[in-house]
Amino acid sequence: MTTDSDIERAIRENHPALIAYITAGDPTLEETAEYVEALDRGGADLIELGLPFSEPIAEGPTIQAAINRSLEAGTTPDSFFELVDDLDVEAPLLVMTYYNMILQYGSEPAVEPFVERAADAGLAGIIVPDLPAEESEPLREACEDHGLDLVFIVAPTTDGERLETIMSQVSGFAYVQARLGTTGARADVSGATHDSLTRLSEYDVPKAVGFGVSEGDHAAEIVEAGADGVIVGSALVDLIAEKEGPATALEAKAEELKAGARRGAEDVPEPEQP
Amino acid sequence: MSDSDNKTSFGAYGGQYVPEALMPALEELEDAYERYVLENEDGFMDDFRARMREFGGRPTPLQRADRLSERYDCEVYLKREDLVHGGAHKLNNALGQVLLAKYMGKERIIAETGAGQHGTATAMAAAHLEMPCEIYMGRTDVNRQRPNVYRMRMNGAAVNPVDTGRGTLKEAINATLRDWSKSVETTHYVIGSVVGPHPFPKMVRDFQSVIGTEAREQIREQAGRLPDSVLACAGGGSNTMGAFHAFVGDEDVGLYAVEAGGSTLEIDEERGVAPNSATLSTGTDGVLHGAMTKLLQSGDGQIMESHSVSAGLDYAGVGPELSYLVDIGRVTPVSVDDEAALDAFHRLSRLEGIIPALESSHALGYLERAAGPAADDASGQRPRAEEHENLGDLVVVNVSGRGDKDLETVLEETEKRDLEAAPDVEVFDR
Ligand SMILES: Cc1ncc(COP(=O)(O)O)c(C=O)c1O
Repeated sequence: MTTDSDIERAIRENHPALIAYITAGDPTLEETAEYVEALDRGGADLIELGLPFSEPIAEGPTIQAAINRSLEAGTTPDSFFELVDDLDVEAPLLVMTYYNMILQYGSEPAVEPFVERAADAGLAGIIVPDLPAEESEPLREACEDHGLDLVFIVAPTTDGERLETIMSQVSGFAYVQARLGTTGARADVSGATHDSLTRLSEYDVPKAVGFGVSEGDHAAEIVEAGADGVIVGSALVDLIAEKEGPATALEAKAEELKAGARRGAEDVPEPEQP
Repeated sequence: MSDSDNKTSFGAYGGQYVPEALMPALEELEDAYERYVLENEDGFMDDFRARMREFGGRPTPLQRADRLSERYDCEVYLKREDLVHGGAHKLNNALGQVLLAKYMGKERIIAETGAGQHGTATAMAAAHLEMPCEIYMGRTDVNRQRPNVYRMRMNGAAVNPVDTGRGTLKEAINATLRDWSKSVETTHYVIGSVVGPHPFPKMVRDFQSVIGTEAREQIREQAGRLPDSVLACAGGGSNTMGAFHAFVGDEDVGLYAVEAGGSTLEIDEERGVAPNSATLSTGTDGVLHGAMTKLLQSGDGQIMESHSVSAGLDYAGVGPELSYLVDIGRVTPVSVDDEAALDAFHRLSRLEGIIPALESSHALGYLERAAGPAADDASGQRPRAEEHENLGDLVVVNVSGRGDKDLETVLEETEKRDLEAAPDVEVFDR
């Protein structure tokens, strides 16, 4: 590995990292800007913004509903990028969206225009839940050309050769899927998380665990198990949907999660500085 | 093989665009497909064919339709998939996949359904092979295909209505994929058409290809030659690929995929609605449900809500192999609207004593449009209109299913319209 990307640096320098997900445009893009700032203040070290797609097959009910609200509010790739153009926060930003949204940006189905626009807007990386390593070559190349990280998901079912392939292609961090199924807040940390982190321990790529994380205590447990970061989405989206001062609630939740992650790191030696 | 330049795709179409969690299951399925289906390991294909004969009622007849032949001034043969157990071609695939799941040691079956025909066939196959089964079905479809919901329940399947979106096939597939991403280690997803990630499009085609293989042999025996054209309706395209596959190498045989024209081919970009399901005719390339294929989508890439009077055709995507065959000019996509399909439904019922599924009625509707009296009248009766000329003198139409499930819809839709071939529906005291 040559130099760290913005994303890797954000994770290493703020170890253990808090990665926050919210759906852009839920309920409006103006409010998303406020929420991103609140998460940044609360201690999120990276922020994933969901660009809504009409068929979110990896999402549970919470994020599906957020995506519907965003689509109903009229969020488009262009308005999404304009939001990102104007955001000024410390945490690097990633876009999380489905492959068709990337392909259709521009006049012909191709990945290049989306990646170029994402780089222009200052995004640091892309996560595509329906793009396995096998189909990722065009996007990987475009991301390399434009200096973006392409984050891959490692599932509880990923093993052997597949794991090798993914880990050799991933950049930024490995998104460790805590459990089978879709996104959604859960009340516990699954055993699959520990297994996955054990399988991944030999790889020198930051590992962040998501899918089901909702509380500071989960964050502590996950970091203690060897993760470099925790990813929290549905629990934050729930706060937005509840509409009881979302910005304040998001900031407080980020603080709780970040504190949890730090607690988990107290018993674990810090990774060596590069 | 006519189709592939790559193992997982058809030209630029196909592939495996799914969450990572499902990839190991697709690898496992690909391996099982190659061993059991392609290489007949453990006598799998023999077992499958024997069950399709004894449980499924194969082979189905290829029947000369006397009145249609007279009406269209050409030889019209009907491939009678409506006579397969369950009332549609769907069992060919459902039984194949449930049996494969059994050979693979899977413990549970899930499936999506649109018209309910695939759900019904899967529920039957699962009961036959003693597998627990859950079916996802959009709420709109639950309401318009009630008899099939009851049939699934009778066969012991759980039916889960899906309330998201417009509540049709697209949402049912989303819900089934979500279930599968949680249950993948023990569960097989019996996808209902030649759609989805590799190896589904090839595997489903292979299970359905019995339609064309039989028809090709039958027409040679009965008419002494290959047909000039084969017509099949296309939703996802499983009866279509099933009917076409054996003929793809016969370059003189025209292959017509008849799509649902809905109320109009015009797209309402503003509302994100396509009032049709004519994906091959009007769609653009993109990725949906695991495959690169032609889609009804907005310029931004949002999938549109499709529409058809026929639930089984009501889908914004289509099988990747069909997209490929259309692009290389081997398959001709055409479409007929709701009204023409309803009219054809009544015509076949009256003229031949066969009540076809609304899906299959689209294929028959195209025959009427291309070769019916009105088509030739408009161009002066003889010589034939161009579309009629293209169909030729010997035509096979795949009657993919029977229409019992559609009677409620047909009565309702017929009352709203003035259809040439319809009986007086007011006599029904509804
Ligand atoms: C009788 C019948 N024909 C056709 C179809 C459309 O499916 P496909 O295009 O996969 O053949 C259906 C789907 O439910 C059906 O029930």
